Amino acid sequence: MSIATHSPVRSIAAHAILIAYTAIALFPVLVIVVNSFKTRNAIFRSPLSLPDAETFSLIGYQTVWAQGDFILYFQNSLVVTVASLALVLLFGAMAAFALSEYRFRGNTLMGLYLALGIMIPIRLGTVAILQLMVASGLVNTLTALILVYTAQGLPLAVFILSEFMQQVSKDLKDAGRIDGLSEYHIFFRLVLPLVRPAMATVAVFTMIPIWNDLWFPLILAPAEETKTVTLGAQVFIGQFVTNWNAVLSALSLAILPVLVLYVIFSRQLIRGITAGAVK
Amino acid sequence: MSISSEKPTVRWHIGVFLAPAVLIYTAVMILPLFGTLQLSFFRMIDREAVFVGLENFRTLFFDPRWSASFWNALGNNTWFFIIHMLVQNPIGILLAAILSSPRLRLASAYRTAIFIPTILSFVIVGFGWKLILSPIWGVAPSILDAVGLKMLFAPWLGKEEYALTTLSLISVWQFVGIPMMLIYAALLSIPDDIIEAAECDGVTGMSQFWKVKLPLILPSIGIISVLTFVANFNAFDLIYSAQGALAGPNYATDILGTFLYRTFFGFQLQIGDASMGSTIASIMFLIILAGVCFYLFIIQRRLRRYQF
Repeated sequence: MSIATHSPVRSIAAHAILIAYTAIALFPVLVIVVNSFKTRNAIFRSPLSLPDAETFSLIGYQTVWAQGDFILYFQNSLVVTVASLALVLLFGAMAAFALSEYRFRGNTLMGLYLALGIMIPIRLGTVAILQLMVASGLVNTLTALILVYTAQGLPLAVFILSEFMQQVSKDLKDAGRIDGLSEYHIFFRLVLPLVRPAMATVAVFTMIPIWNDLWFPLILAPAEETKTVTLGAQVFIGQFVTNWNAVLSALSLAILPVLVLYVIFSRQLIRGITAGAVK
Repeated sequence: MSISSEKPTVRWHIGVFLAPAVLIYTAVMILPLFGTLQLSFFRMIDREAVFVGLENFRTLFFDPRWSASFWNALGNNTWFFIIHMLVQNPIGILLAAILSSPRLRLASAYRTAIFIPTILSFVIVGFGWKLILSPIWGVAPSILDAVGLKMLFAPWLGKEEYALTTLSLISVWQFVGIPMMLIYAALLSIPDDIIEAAECDGVTGMSQFWKVKLPLILPSIGIISVLTFVANFNAFDLIYSAQGALAGPNYATDILGTFLYRTFFGFQLQIGDASMGSTIASIMFLIILAGVCFYLFIIQRRLRRYQF
């Protein structure tokens, strides 16, 4: 299986397998995006061909524009993702610093307690989370989603960031202390800038599941004005199920932002996964 | 050891650093988790929560109105997991093994492309595949026709006997990138001396993979298996996007996540039931906990970790 590239036959076989699998991975995405630019007839007559001057059409996008409030959904998703991300990074880094920098009674226990959430999915507490949000009047607000996603993202963030913070030079921090810097200064001015690459990795890991989540928007914030893009696309597709142009366009619109982010951050993401797995 | 630990004063800053994360995590995740477990011992009778002990669990397991759906969902979920283990992880390992071979050109381009489905939302994946497999559109039949296999086509998502396997394979398609990346990383971290030593002993190619590399990446395969287990027994979105909350046809694709959603939230004529919802969530919690403990205490202890 480990195909050494000494012999050309093996090299060709390796490329053949990889090209075949890449085609399987990309084909469905391409079919959706390409067909969203075609007229209804062309979608059905020749689903596998590219749009030409005759079959090109933006009717699907026009329907999405007119019928769905995608700007609002997009805005909601952005607010929820950015706010949760900021809270996860700030609070996660603070907790990771406390756990990796200071020795205190219960340190290991606290680390284990926070790590519990890496394996146990937050979804299992949904019944009580909904009751909590109803009791505090947060149902159908973006705050509810932000709180849930912050709690969901924290365990992994604390775990990864404390690994990295242990590597920050001790001499540097002690030099800061001798210069009379407070512990808060040391954290914000010295340590935080040094772990910035790790923060970027955590950011990408945290962001994708939040942006793509369907469960919590469906249960905690299904109102029209708080719908996220994922839920908005789901509902829109449900209503326009027979309007293939609109459905394909809505799907393409949902693919694009994630794809752009992925292209920007893919190096960070891949480096993060590979660095974490070596441990 | 930090300098401040030698002072006898109260170190408030530790509390300040920990407080926000611990408070949010406890209030929004841990307490609701235990709250849900607790709710499964209660039942609403005349708008009042009454303690009923294990009655809800007995209803779920043995009451004919519930048990058929529950065992169906559990069985489907197990099949969902088996397909992932049998298809997703071997394909991931194969791709990683090929990608990690030295002097392979375009390796990073392949890696980036194969990972794309993993970042897409379930709505896109579920609905996109539903359209592609739809007999109305005919993308799938025309592709099969091109390779001369048109007679194999069936409305896979619409037939009870195929729907669950089809959805499992769609999920495999989406997530194959994760085992691929993790195994790839593990393979790259094998030091060159070990490979060279194997080559000196004449162990190359396939037998090198089976005898040298595979034992070294077993810990990563263990982690991937437990991640797959947790993700599969907690899955919901894909089934909901492709088949709706009723997990059709005729509940053939119902898994614990969709069953929990319908029970807790209600659907169409069925009224939502928070205590039975909690009971199902508690069962899911116990299944996932059992899987994680099995991994931590049995699998991980037996696997030798090699320090390079």
